[in-house]
Amino acid sequence: MSATITTASGAKFARILSTGSYRPERIVTNAEICEHIDSTDEWIRDRSGIIERRYAALDETVVDMGAAAAAQALERSGIAPTDIAMVLTANVTHPYPTPSAAAEVAYRIGAVNAGALDIAAACAGFCYGIGIANDLVCGGSAKYAIVIGVEKLSDWTNPKDRGSAFIFADGAGAVVIGPSDTPAIGPTIWGSDGSQKDAITMTQSLIDYRNTGGEIFPALTMQGQQVFRWAVSEMPKVAGRALQAAGVALVDLDAVIPHQANMRITDAIAKALKLPSDIPIARDIAYTGNTSAASIPLAMDRMLAAGEIPSGGTALLIGFGAGLVYAAQVVTLP
Amino acid sequence: MSQQILEGLAAIVNEVAGVPVADVQLDKSFIDDLDIDSLSMVEVVIAAEDKWGVKIPDSEVKNLKTVGDAVTFISANS
Repeated sequence: MSATITTASGAKFARILSTGSYRPERIVTNAEICEHIDSTDEWIRDRSGIIERRYAALDETVVDMGAAAAAQALERSGIAPTDIAMVLTANVTHPYPTPSAAAEVAYRIGAVNAGALDIAAACAGFCYGIGIANDLVCGGSAKYAIVIGVEKLSDWTNPKDRGSAFIFADGAGAVVIGPSDTPAIGPTIWGSDGSQKDAITMTQSLIDYRNTGGEIFPALTMQGQQVFRWAVSEMPKVAGRALQAAGVALVDLDAVIPHQANMRITDAIAKALKLPSDIPIARDIAYTGNTSAASIPLAMDRMLAAGEIPSGGTALLIGFGAGLVYAAQVVTLP
Repeated sequence: MSQQILEGLAAIVNEVAGVPVADVQLDKSFIDDLDIDSLSMVEVVIAAEDKWGVKIPDSEVKNLKTVGDAVTFISANS
């Protein structure tokens, strides 16, 4: 006869309690980018909407930035670090396959009782983290969790690649998630399409680089038109499914916060959704660049701080990127 | 048929890039004459796929240099 196992029981609902962010000090202008590629400020703005972006210092790490954003979110939440049960760090730029960035971030912020793991879902990583953290809280595996989106893409960008050098940047954003009396995180709609794995990938694996004595360090490379086509044709459908799953109408949203991939993708998604002009859609990319997993929490934090979107309002989050992978959900803003 | 496709395509190009409908003629180059960049071209292709139920693969898009090329492809494949 098998023993009776007691299972965890969690909160009925979960919510985002607070946000935090970290933007590196150094501003990199389009003029600086154009020192390495044959392009112009006008072309970059026209093709991406990016006016400037931020790069971390050479000795500033994914862990440094992630811990800074997480510490701010934690402080604003009022939750003790020792009460955090899980630290999820969404990133693809921590330069060690192991140990994880999350374990070190947890230690740095004093979350010494927390489990820790990295989420490798590229630009969709933050939305994957929200979905996982919601289920941890509602499933009883964690009372409080921190979700961090952090990237140091400048380390993995070829400054001479005309197709991607102007896109990528660095930064970190974080949220604390905990139990809620009312519904505040809708079902996560997610998926993947590995048949398009080459749409956004690395030029070479680190092992191949070592074995072949490659001259150019492995860097991100992207089939821009393929990614644009996928995002513009598929993400409005994903957005519609997330809204439907949450039982929320588009017109009842207070904000749409898509991954900040390219302003042209943001514009096309807004157009495809027929988004009313009085509902703000995040355009943080203009002064932040594409920070992959960090872009959604960075945009959320800035829009809340600027009063562009209301605390307690309803926002649609849509993450999409290399894999290809995507995830979307409707949330109540902290 | 071709005239209807041309008119439909002109409406799409107008919607995507703000190009006057009257400027969208068969002999016009998307890039050189209508100033449609590669990303806008992708938007035109997506809208055309939806409108006529055709599949225009990425490998084919680069062959659609003029409005006439697109009209010919759509009428042959829809």
